[in-house]
Amino acid sequence: MYDFELVKPKTLREAVAALQAEDAQALGGGQTLLPTMKARLAMAEQFVALSGIDEIKGVCLDDDGRICIGGGTTHATVARECAESYPALASLAGRIGDPAVRNRGTIGGSIANNDPSACYPAGALGSNATIMAEGPNGTREIAADDFFLGMFTTALEEGEIVSEVKFPVPERARYEKFIQPASRFPLVAAFVAKFSDGVRVAITGASSSGVFRWTEAEEALSADWSPDAVKGLTAPDAGEMISDLHGDGAYRAHLVKVMTARAVAAA
Amino acid sequence: MPKDTGIGASPKRREDVRFLTGKGRYTDDINVAGQAHVVFLRSDVAHGRIRGIDTAAAEEMEGVIRIFTAKDFEGVGGIPCGWQITDRQGNPMQEPKHPILAEGKVRHVGDPIAAVVAETRDQARDAAEVIVADIEDLPAVIDMKKAVAEGAPLVHDDLTSNLCYDWGFVEENREAVDRAISGAAHVTTLELVNNRLVANPMEPRVAVGDYAFHDDSSTLYTTSQNPHVIRLLMGAFVLNIPEHKLRVVAPDVGGGFGTKIFHYAEEAFCTFAAKQLQRPVKWTSSRSEAFMSDAHGRDHVTKIELALDADHNFTAVRTETYANMGAYLSTFAPSVPTWLHGTLMAGNYKTPNIYVNVKAVFTNTVPVDAYRGAGRPEATFQLERVIDMAARELGVDPVELRRKNYVTEFPYATPVAVEYDTGDYNATMDKLLSMIDREGFAERRRESEARGKLRGLGINAYIEACGIAPSQLVGQLGARAGLYESATVRVNATGGLVVMTGSHSHGQGHETSFAQVVADMIGINEDQVEIVHGDTANSPMGMGTYGSRSLAVGGSAMVKATEKIIAKAKKIAAHLMEASEGDIELKEGRFTVAGTDKSVAWGDVTLAAYVPHNYPLEEIEPGLEETAFYDPNNFTYPAGAYACEVEVDPETGKVDVLAFAAADDFGNVVNPMIVEGQVHGGLAQGIGQALLENCAYDEEGQLLSASYMDYAMPRAHDLPMFQVDHSCQTPCTHNPLGVKGCGEAGAIGSPPSIVNAVIDALHSGGHDVPHIDMPLTPARVWHAMQGGAANLGSAQPAAGSGNTTHDRSVGAGDTATH
Ligand SMILES: Cc1cc2nc3c(=O)[nH]c(=O)nc-3n(C[C@H](O)[C@H](O)[C@H](O)COP(=O)(O)OP(=O)(O)OC[C@H]3O[C@@H](n4cnc5c(N)ncnc54)[C@H](O)[C@@H]3O)c2cc1C
Repeated sequence: MYDFELVKPKTLREAVAALQAEDAQALGGGQTLLPTMKARLAMAEQFVALSGIDEIKGVCLDDDGRICIGGGTTHATVARECAESYPALASLAGRIGDPAVRNRGTIGGSIANNDPSACYPAGALGSNATIMAEGPNGTREIAADDFFLGMFTTALEEGEIVSEVKFPVPERARYEKFIQPASRFPLVAAFVAKFSDGVRVAITGASSSGVFRWTEAEEALSADWSPDAVKGLTAPDAGEMISDLHGDGAYRAHLVKVMTARAVAAA
Repeated sequence: MPKDTGIGASPKRREDVRFLTGKGRYTDDINVAGQAHVVFLRSDVAHGRIRGIDTAAAEEMEGVIRIFTAKDFEGVGGIPCGWQITDRQGNPMQEPKHPILAEGKVRHVGDPIAAVVAETRDQARDAAEVIVADIEDLPAVIDMKKAVAEGAPLVHDDLTSNLCYDWGFVEENREAVDRAISGAAHVTTLELVNNRLVANPMEPRVAVGDYAFHDDSSTLYTTSQNPHVIRLLMGAFVLNIPEHKLRVVAPDVGGGFGTKIFHYAEEAFCTFAAKQLQRPVKWTSSRSEAFMSDAHGRDHVTKIELALDADHNFTAVRTETYANMGAYLSTFAPSVPTWLHGTLMAGNYKTPNIYVNVKAVFTNTVPVDAYRGAGRPEATFQLERVIDMAARELGVDPVELRRKNYVTEFPYATPVAVEYDTGDYNATMDKLLSMIDREGFAERRRESEARGKLRGLGINAYIEACGIAPSQLVGQLGARAGLYESATVRVNATGGLVVMTGSHSHGQGHETSFAQVVADMIGINEDQVEIVHGDTANSPMGMGTYGSRSLAVGGSAMVKATEKIIAKAKKIAAHLMEASEGDIELKEGRFTVAGTDKSVAWGDVTLAAYVPHNYPLEEIEPGLEETAFYDPNNFTYPAGAYACEVEVDPETGKVDVLAFAAADDFGNVVNPMIVEGQVHGGLAQGIGQALLENCAYDEEGQLLSASYMDYAMPRAHDLPMFQVDHSCQTPCTHNPLGVKGCGEAGAIGSPPSIVNAVIDALHSGGHDVPHIDMPLTPARVWHAMQGGAANLGSAQPAAGSGNTTHDRSVGAGDTATH
């Protein structure tokens, strides 16, 4: 690790202010950032720890019946507190990493990082969630559809903090994750959510442009909510899939179908 | 009845108290007053010419004491290789220099270019980042077959090619083998890869060098499996320090698995720099560094042919193996694909004609050397795979085919130069079958199919050569060291004793099991016996621990030394009781005189030895301390039969191991609990190799699996509850304990079980897949079911070059039935 300053504000306002400093970066649960800092692949003059900010922690319901999760809420808390209200999301959170990771890592960090193999981006995109971004000019509401812009890229602006993520609760949903055996991140995972007005399917781990909605499957499933509806589809273009030691594009494209069909079956 | 103490009992491991409470004393816990820290700048390219190394700016950085490059090591030796192979023409292998810091060229990612010594590790790391190494990229050779092709770039410019040696074994048998194969009723051919692995002991390597001006002596603390060997190699060949001026200490070591046998550049560096700087110098490897600097394991590409007559008797085996040496020769590297592999190619079978050809190849990769099993897993895997394939081709039961060809009479001299002293392969197979309910398999398969899964059963045998030893034999085979073992037993006046053994424990539990043996021999409590190891200052010259040799060789030395102690103690007892020496018996810690009720306690005798007031001083010296060296006259040959059941998900290719059973013959067993633990660990590593672990390089020689994000270690949830049995015991005929060794069996016998089971599962689903290269990851299994073979970005060769599993594993239609 390189040397750095650490500040630990108590309020969102203070944190946003601290982030306006030259070369400052937010530190959530550190489960992505700390290993990269230790490998000297990440550095900043000042890290702004979000873990002391109570107002961005916890889970509640808003007037529209959406589940609102504070950006600083750990995966373990979501797994526990959404078990009844949104089991598919709770099960997603409960399968991230291991207990140590889940008790530190946060939803805000996961979504802001937008790792192409992360779980939460699929949950947020599949649920049609809204991301609340807190910046020097106030709060922006960003629809998940507009938030994830490709591998490690989001609509967040410099110095903005994910303060909350609001999830509409679908009629049925399920997250199916096929793990990469070394990292145990998704090799391919599918989040399917059936709303009264249609089905959403979000895929993570597969595409070299990060999390994406598999629209062919959404259409097919909106017409016929059954695993067979997916089995009849052609898999997404293998050429656009990630190809690495653990699976080439053809295999990942195939898994997209398998995981989606399984998610529908289990939803 | 299980015993409570002594040989055959299962006392809990005494060393675990400190390990499990975080109180172990590992090398990294050793901090010598005034120590400085070294960080190595390592190459990030696989092959390049060093045009210049600019250390000027780094030199000015805070805390920097000195920066070393190759030019500081002029006049210092290279890292030696401990084994010389003679090739088919009778010429010695090509042996390149292995400098401590890269000289002229870098030859693999991770090759150390410069070493920064600074007050703190962070300062050294900061300065290392500022060094400017001007390196001209050269094309890298990664794939072994390309490396030996005409015109391939040379890893070492001063060698004639990248071929280290081309070895034939036994060369005189070659023609007979060729004849037997061309005249066979059936020949099964299989081409396969034995995948490269990273050993990944829990504790990364550490070295602390210290120099004492007052007596001009050096001390090296290091994470080693054999401190005496390091002292000999480093002192005599690298740094020119006589052994009486050099002490090597390997305290608690957190796992080795082979990769801590070898003498490494970092050890020599710290010892050398400590003297140069007159300050202790410490190096602690990071996990990332371990991936690119610890010697890797396996990495063979093999073609094997098995010939059978019309009655399915094996008539010949012929193999051709490319064995990756990496960029330099690690300490025992040349011996692994030859003497530890070729000599095992008979397996458990009485095949009369065997010829083994091995081409050892230099590539721009991390050096490859022994890893748990070393050579024997490679031999077992190809043989047990090709037998399974032959059974399938011939439509016969794979177990019966094996039984038909088993060696059943002992001693048995194989056509590959070793003699199996004893064994009973049918007994372990019978035992195994009694453990696995083979009859119920068809029903279990139907039950899996009902859930949409394919179920497979894989059964195989294995044999290995352990107790790596006979010095004269290994000397003829090219070893530059002896392979005996030593022990000193020092009895104290009040009866307790200390055993100083040349064996080294790095997880094996010697402190417990060795104490059981000595306590049992004398009849005293185990807590009266202390086992000390890992310090050249107190143990006699020993050869360390690897090749499952500790109990068979080191334990035998300890038994011999204890026998000398008992013989002398009896003389003292005879004197004390005024009896004749021949009438003295030692039982449960008391000496008695046969036919009388006279007795003296063990403690009375030991006290007399050190307070010799009433003592036969004319006949024997006072004191009670004996040393023995033991050099056996053969290897030991543990053997057994393994079975595994897997379920394959045909949609994803994912393999689940549902059950695994191991029936081993380890000869006599000292501590059954420890033996079971050793087998469990070996099975985990074997299953890891078969399903998960893959050290992969890309075409440029970048290590693709350079961290745990990409290198998959087996975890508890990847493994079933193991059924292990060691009740079949044919004691070794030539060591005093009748023991054979159990440390590697699990890793040797299990990979073929897994692959056989997966292939069986796929065939049950109508997939005619001859073979899949390890690790059988979901992607590979899925591709094989589609008829393809994915390369997945890795430049390591498949055995064959085709794009289908068939082309790759069977070659161009070579399977012949005449
Ligand atoms: C062993 C291991 C296994 C894992 N397995 C999985 C897995 O299976 N699936 C999965 O999805 N993830 C996995 N992860 C990653 C884990 O989920 C992380 O928690 C997550 O990626 C980042 O969250 P964090 O709070 O730790 O963020 P940090 O690591 O602190 O930060 C990550 C990035 O987000 C920024 N950031 C943090 N919080 C905010 C915020 N509120 N607003 C704006 N920016 C912010 C930081 O500046 C940084 O750029 C694993 C991690 C580990 C170590």
